[in-house]
Amino acid sequence: MQRWIRHNRGFAGALAMFALLYITYNSLHPRGFSTAVLVQNANESVAIGFVAMAQTVPVLMGGLDLSVGAVMTLTSCVASALESGTPLQIAFGIFATLAAGTLFGLMNGVIVVYGRIQPIIATLATGAIAIGLALLIRPMPGGDVDGDLGWALTNTIWDFADTYGLAQGGNAPWLQPFINIPVPLILLFGIALAVWLPFKRTITGRSIYAVGSAEGAAYMSGLPINRAKIAAFTLAGFFASCAGLYLAIQTSSGNADAVQAGAYTLNSIAAVVLGGTSLAGGTGGVIASLVGALILRVISFYFRILDIDPLLQPLIEGLVLLGAVSLGAFRTLRVTNRLDLFR
Amino acid sequence: MTMFARLRFARLKPQDRPIVIASGFILAILIAGTGYTLATYGNAPLFSPSYLLQQLQIGSFFGIAAAGMMLVILLGHIDLSIPWTLTAAAMVATAVGGQMAIPAALGVGLCVGLLNGFGVAYLRIPSMIFTLGVDTVLRGLMVAQTGGFAPQDAATPLMLTLAKSRLLGVPVALFVWAAVSVVIVLLLTRTTFGRSLYGIGTSERAAYLSGIRTRRVIVGAFVLSSLCAAIAGVLLTGYSAKAYQGMGNAYLLPAIAAVVLGGTNILGGRGRYAGTLVGVILIVLLNSVLSIMQMPEAFRQIIYGTVIIGMLLVYGRGDRVTS
Repeated sequence: MQRWIRHNRGFAGALAMFALLYITYNSLHPRGFSTAVLVQNANESVAIGFVAMAQTVPVLMGGLDLSVGAVMTLTSCVASALESGTPLQIAFGIFATLAAGTLFGLMNGVIVVYGRIQPIIATLATGAIAIGLALLIRPMPGGDVDGDLGWALTNTIWDFADTYGLAQGGNAPWLQPFINIPVPLILLFGIALAVWLPFKRTITGRSIYAVGSAEGAAYMSGLPINRAKIAAFTLAGFFASCAGLYLAIQTSSGNADAVQAGAYTLNSIAAVVLGGTSLAGGTGGVIASLVGALILRVISFYFRILDIDPLLQPLIEGLVLLGAVSLGAFRTLRVTNRLDLFR
Repeated sequence: MTMFARLRFARLKPQDRPIVIASGFILAILIAGTGYTLATYGNAPLFSPSYLLQQLQIGSFFGIAAAGMMLVILLGHIDLSIPWTLTAAAMVATAVGGQMAIPAALGVGLCVGLLNGFGVAYLRIPSMIFTLGVDTVLRGLMVAQTGGFAPQDAATPLMLTLAKSRLLGVPVALFVWAAVSVVIVLLLTRTTFGRSLYGIGTSERAAYLSGIRTRRVIVGAFVLSSLCAAIAGVLLTGYSAKAYQGMGNAYLLPAIAAVVLGGTNILGGRGRYAGTLVGVILIVLLNSVLSIMQMPEAFRQIIYGTVIIGMLLVYGRGDRVTS
């Protein structure tokens, strides 16, 4: 355990910070520690959680993806046009939405690898393209998303089972221990664990970390660096499309909002840093960023229960963010050779 | 392409290629735009000096912000706090008013730059995230100060003059842009500070070992970047006669794009000011041609992104990693 903490200092710190913040929040909340609060909080955390995960993978290989927010916007517009009709049509809509984001990510990867353009600037440009495509699909905010799907995915497991008549309408005895768990949390952590953990252990996944630590060394060791880079951006596109899909289901609409897309991209970088992933690449993980995103969200929850002037909220959010990332400065105190500061 | 042209092209120094190609692309934009206006309206406004001067006048705010951004990018860092530095400087200037309006705006720029530089150079926080945090804090300060509305104070007469009036038929804003450009070119080519920027951008370790006080240089670059943003804010306030929320939002990403299209390496260490100038003009003219064509926003964004990728594929490609 101690060894784990020493090796994952950033992640452990983020986990402790989140636990502290969230327990305090629930203690202060008049209806704290209840399912209703948990469901509401979970719903508001899914999109930023997925976008933070999307951002992490390119960051791990030493890049940055400035298009994650735009891809989320694009896919939510795609979903808002396809998520209705028969179950088969809905299933196709989900598949098409995820495929659209994944393909966009693949395109980013191909441009970065074969075009040899710096990721930050390539994704800046493709982000503009994604917003353009989103505007083509949905010039005005709106859309039509299946109501049952929206209800089932944004509430507890019992509501999910009840909506679709599964497990005796949610009253089966074996389901009882789980009925209060929000579905959005299961989606978020389920996809994170089911996709990221196996992928991390593949050669491609390992190569992403290797490229982030030392690209030259990774190349000389014969690791598939091109494949790793393309996979990193493709995975980012996939996670971003999960965010877009959920956003469309949650709001029953799509909105090609460039400002919102930019805010999500910037928040995703903040979440990655809060989770303890190094922007220089090589260390960190997707789950850590998910916790980072949850921290960002909990901070904004506090404004609801504490009596703070709404006009001061952006200032306090900014100060907390700046303070949290400045904690990284303690690293400079541990440096024994001053040259280690200058990379 | 003839043999001769190919030889000429090959003989271009690598650092000149972006500038020459981007200039060629500017001409192509002008010709394509003129072809369109001739076909639909029967006139050619794009080549009339008054139209070009007017476009450059609007572009000068953006050009000044990009000039500051370039210094930071040369270091291998980035300044994401430009939008709200610009806005904060503008709002403080109009709130102070009178003779002290412009010094107050520059004071805001100085403070923000010092804070950014301190965080990046001394605390060693990645600039990407630290300047983002500073941007958020500035936004919070301005929202708390103004209540989230556009402040009622108007721009001072001097600001109006700088942004709107003309001297010898040329907008005064262009003279401001030219003055900023001259200062930056002199800094980059004639001072140790300028050479240090390139040195740190290539390898901060090596620069430090060769006796450059790298942290002070980094602070200096961030201060200059914020000052440029503040000047842009003053001019933009003069142009629109008042400060408003989010006035700087449209300047961040195009500024980065202009710097990179001008051949400056986003990882630092390489780039010339002439390139940034060409990059700014390219983006300004591309925007104006697209508005003449009444291009919907969707296609505008797609064209914008495609042009950046396309241009960089021609001359902005990195080296293959081989060791």
